[in-house]
Amino acid sequence: MNRLVLLTLQVLVAVALIGAWHIATTYQVLGDVKNIRFFFSTPVDVALKIWKFFVTGMIWKHLWITLEETLLAFVIGAGSGVAVGFWFARQPLVAAVFDPYVKMANALPRVVLAPIFMLWFGLGIWSKVALGVTLVFFVVFFNVYQGVKEVSPVILANARMLGMNERQLLRHVYWPSALSWMFSSLHTSVGFALVGAVVGEYLGAASGLGYVIHEAEGTFDVTGVFAGMVVLSAFVLIVDYAVTLFERRLMKWRPGPALNETPPKW
Amino acid sequence: MSNAAAQTGSPPREAIALENLSVYFGTGANAYAAVAKVNLRVASGEFVAIVGPTGCGKSTLLNAVAGLLRPAQGRALTLGRVVNGVTHEAGYLFQQDALMPWKTALANVAVALEVRGVARAEAEDRAQQWLARVGLAGFAARYPHQLSGGQKKRVALAQTLIRDPSILLMDEPFGPLDAQTRGLMGDLLLQLWQADRKAVLFVTHDLDEAIALADRVVVMSAGPAARIVSEHPIDLPRPRNVADIRLDPAFHALQRAIWNDLRTEVMKAFGEQGDGVLQAGASA
Repeated sequence: MNRLVLLTLQVLVAVALIGAWHIATTYQVLGDVKNIRFFFSTPVDVALKIWKFFVTGMIWKHLWITLEETLLAFVIGAGSGVAVGFWFARQPLVAAVFDPYVKMANALPRVVLAPIFMLWFGLGIWSKVALGVTLVFFVVFFNVYQGVKEVSPVILANARMLGMNERQLLRHVYWPSALSWMFSSLHTSVGFALVGAVVGEYLGAASGLGYVIHEAEGTFDVTGVFAGMVVLSAFVLIVDYAVTLFERRLMKWRPGPALNETPPKW
Repeated sequence: MSNAAAQTGSPPREAIALENLSVYFGTGANAYAAVAKVNLRVASGEFVAIVGPTGCGKSTLLNAVAGLLRPAQGRALTLGRVVNGVTHEAGYLFQQDALMPWKTALANVAVALEVRGVARAEAEDRAQQWLARVGLAGFAARYPHQLSGGQKKRVALAQTLIRDPSILLMDEPFGPLDAQTRGLMGDLLLQLWQADRKAVLFVTHDLDEAIALADRVVVMSAGPAARIVSEHPIDLPRPRNVADIRLDPAFHALQRAIWNDLRTEVMKAFGEQGDGVLQAGASA
């Protein structure tokens, strides 16, 4: 498919959706416009609200707080996930002993931890970071654990034959393999870090995107809720794109997707 | 490259010796004897090929010499020393891809020297020279997934030989390659081997390849409890060209003689896989 055609079609979807939204909230099509506006606001109002967010500059502070929480949650969660995953994979006894507890902790819906974290870490950023860490940790942990355990036995035997000792095996074989698994879960874990931050803010905070949305909701300001959601989505897309760029740089040894994913149609 | 044996003055005559070697997999009543009571000697500088039906434990022998497997009985010796742990005098070329996918071709070769304490700059310098020797001078910056099967094998060959091991163990190294590439890899191997004559133990299921490369071909029986059935000296003149030598009448005579032994074992292995019909064909 031609890139331009694809882009046009993608834009058309947005135009159609926003157009439908606009018509339904401006003209008498689906019933009382005033009623519908209360529940759905209008695209123009939402756009104006977003414009105001940025013009007054109030949104920057919240964006920055959310970004800070996301990054901290990611770094702490990924770091501890790599360390513990590595440790468990190299010490099967430890892994066997902790196995039921790890499964239990992972089975727990993380949202129920939020109130506890508020209690422990207060209403500042750290309770949100903690929530994000509990999400990120398990994704990275499971990936690294699997990655270290499933290093190709042939690569390992070859490395041994090349004369590598345990320390060198760790550096040249286990570590890169574990990292590659961590990076393969990068999108998921960064996404989870963000979810942790926003959900945490939503449940109780004085700043951040989650707080902006929650506050608007509290005053039945549907326009504010939609505007907050649009900003949040754009923020997620930008973060995700940054991750993609980072990944491309670090994982260039990985084979890319096959050139022809679908057979040609004649 | 100078011969390792020449440096030490009085070379041990035998590079590899297997004495009454048996290897079991599993324990107790379920133990499976892969190879039983194998005796084999490889002189320094000798190229020995082992042929046998699939699953006969050819690779098991190599792993025992390499120190990747512990024998249940008997012992393996390299350069007169009993194998006890990974054999550092030996280089091992695996059938499967064994290159580290996260390292470039150059880094894969250089790391073999780096782990011995050679400084990175020097290691990369020598790795570059080895890549040139295997015909990959322009591919240093490629990652394994950017190389063809034959190119990967050549990088692996450079990675193994840069350490200058006195023993070379090869486990169907060219098995996954297509026929033409296999012939070219054989020629490359012979050309490199000719330069400093390491002791080689080369496992293959391809009899033609074995005859074309080796000084001696050893036929193994079908498993379980595989043993050595016969040994055939290959007195074809060197240097050899893998493609041309197959046309030599002497080659055909050897091929017939060895195949006679090998066929019986191949059919046995085939029959054990549950295809009784083909055993009737074997006797015809």
